[in-house]
Amino acid sequence: MSSPAMAIDKRKTNTEDDNILEVTALKKHFPISSGIVFQRQVGAVRAVDGVSFNVIRGETLGLVGESGCGKSTTGRTILQLYRPTEGSVKFEGQELSTMTGNDLRQMRRRMQIIFQDPFASLNPRMTVGSIVSEPLQIHKMYANKKERQQYVEQLMEKVGLNPYFINRYPHEFSGGQRQRIGIARALALQPSFIVADEPISALDVSIQAQVVNLMEELQDELNLTYLFIAHDLSMVRHICDRVAVMYLGKIVELGPVDEVYENPQHPYTQALLSAVPVPDPVVEENRQRIIISGDLPNPASPPTGCNFNTRCPVAFDLCYQEPDPPLIEVRPDHFVSCHRVT
Amino acid sequence: MSTLLDVKDLVVRFYTQEGTVYAVNGVSFELEEGETLGIVGESGSGKSVSCLALMGLIPSPPGKVEAGTVMFEGRDLLTLKPDQMRLIRGKEIAMIFQDPMTSLNPVLTIGTQITESLKLHEGMNTSQSRKRAADLLDMVGIPDAYRRLDDYPHQFSGGMRQRVMIAMGLSCNPKLLIADEPTTALDVTIQAQIIELVKQLKDEFNMAMIWITHDLGVVAGIADRIQVMYGGRIMESGTSNEVFRDSRHPYTVGLLGSLPRLDSSGEEKLTQIEGSPPDMRNEPAGCPFAPRCDVREYLQLEKCWDQRPPLENVPDADGGSMHIMSCWADIREGVAENV
Repeated sequence: MSSPAMAIDKRKTNTEDDNILEVTALKKHFPISSGIVFQRQVGAVRAVDGVSFNVIRGETLGLVGESGCGKSTTGRTILQLYRPTEGSVKFEGQELSTMTGNDLRQMRRRMQIIFQDPFASLNPRMTVGSIVSEPLQIHKMYANKKERQQYVEQLMEKVGLNPYFINRYPHEFSGGQRQRIGIARALALQPSFIVADEPISALDVSIQAQVVNLMEELQDELNLTYLFIAHDLSMVRHICDRVAVMYLGKIVELGPVDEVYENPQHPYTQALLSAVPVPDPVVEENRQRIIISGDLPNPASPPTGCNFNTRCPVAFDLCYQEPDPPLIEVRPDHFVSCHRVT
Repeated sequence: MSTLLDVKDLVVRFYTQEGTVYAVNGVSFELEEGETLGIVGESGSGKSVSCLALMGLIPSPPGKVEAGTVMFEGRDLLTLKPDQMRLIRGKEIAMIFQDPMTSLNPVLTIGTQITESLKLHEGMNTSQSRKRAADLLDMVGIPDAYRRLDDYPHQFSGGMRQRVMIAMGLSCNPKLLIADEPTTALDVTIQAQIIELVKQLKDEFNMAMIWITHDLGVVAGIADRIQVMYGGRIMESGTSNEVFRDSRHPYTVGLLGSLPRLDSSGEEKLTQIEGSPPDMRNEPAGCPFAPRCDVREYLQLEKCWDQRPPLENVPDADGGSMHIMSCWADIREGVAENV
């Protein structure tokens, strides 16, 4: 039995692609402490609890799941915005989890993040120009102020903002334009890898397509690799090449996007996909919904056995006794972690 | 079936320090008994404000209902006095709000909150109302309902809180339930649970329902009729099939084209609507969608800028069809493939 990372490795060496990112057994536990003077740890929220995957250069990997499943934490832990509790994150062959200080700061040139909320992630007291040029100043990319400003204007044009607005403040822009500012800031250092943490979920429907199209154009033009974190499964199918489905801190299914959507193997993926409404009354009428009961368990005290056993419609003895099985390749590049499948 | 609700030429404005906000600019629609109407629109389209107006819930000042009538069972709700309106609100017309955390009072037990309207409208005493409240919670799928009456909202998850809101809305058997984005704050698997529950309860109670949402997918499955709003006006309205499968308004067409579909692989690029939603502080003289409309641009229509298109039957509608829209252009005039 091969691990998912290895199997994709093998296939990809043949086609001369390479992995830009390799995540192995990554864990991020947030401590719960108690006591006022003498703090002691009484438990941990297992936000990310052992995920392994890789991202191939030039692709878009979707990371989907419901709120609280650990998808955003995974993205931030990869960028070392949270330091991992365990496990390894290799970016372009270099181990990030042990890297600190200036070394890490240098790596940040090549990996950036676009945040979800374009209202909260831009400093209201900075002009667009200073927001976009701040990374350039920190990394001392342009010695001369004039050149830097020219470059910022180019960037603004590239993301569809009028450079004339360089001295305006974020509140003077609409949500979609603000997200473009966030994208320009992420692109400023010419990264090769971008974590997009729900970049469109705060935007109006008619604006979402604009931002997604922009992200796709930039990807082609600049050969970017995206980790696209989202809960909108329809958009993930549109934009992503491969998708990883997370539940309670673990990846339950991983594979090429059309394969997973047309042939979901894990009962959670099946339920999740069947719950997404389709804007077509005829399709809606003929759909069979799998409604799973209950809510997401508390990640501080996950159930014994498989994480999904509290809501799973097809759980049997083994699911309550044995922890979730490792990801197993059921079809080429399609991995599932389920006792029913093995 | 007879008409339950008849809204005519509703105009709502907000007088703020930054100027007048033209939130709703002449909205008319009807609702039959037992019918489900889906109102779809983006933020600022006036979909919530028009429903708050008919409930008499527009904060005033700054808001003001400037014109229009809302006939509900023979009475114009807009002319009722506050204490008359209070007898209707919660009893005849109930509302479920978007965010179940902020719309429940955090310092009162949910038992207190559900029994409040039962005591007020049905004249029940404490033990009767508690029993009825427990029955309602049981009906919306909350386990161990009687014991949970003494719990506070924070002890429930998001989906459970929305179930409590639904139980409160249904407590007095309303004739009309207005659901304002009831599932927007919830995850998709929980959303599916709530939609299934509401569908089933709607039949059981034989209510009419208005479901306000920005998610075209959600209403496709539940609404009999769909009404698309933009810039405080109705753009297109008709049965679900008409609006989704035979869309005639450029905005509806654009909106559907900009949505990726779960059931098709996404090779083709999404068609995008250029520009941003209108600033509601300027009252548009013509069609509010004109600045973003590619059909107007293609046909070089000038009157879109200064003349409001009337809400009329679509060209070549079937006899008796309810399919209406507000647009000067006929999108099928060979432009569909060019834009």
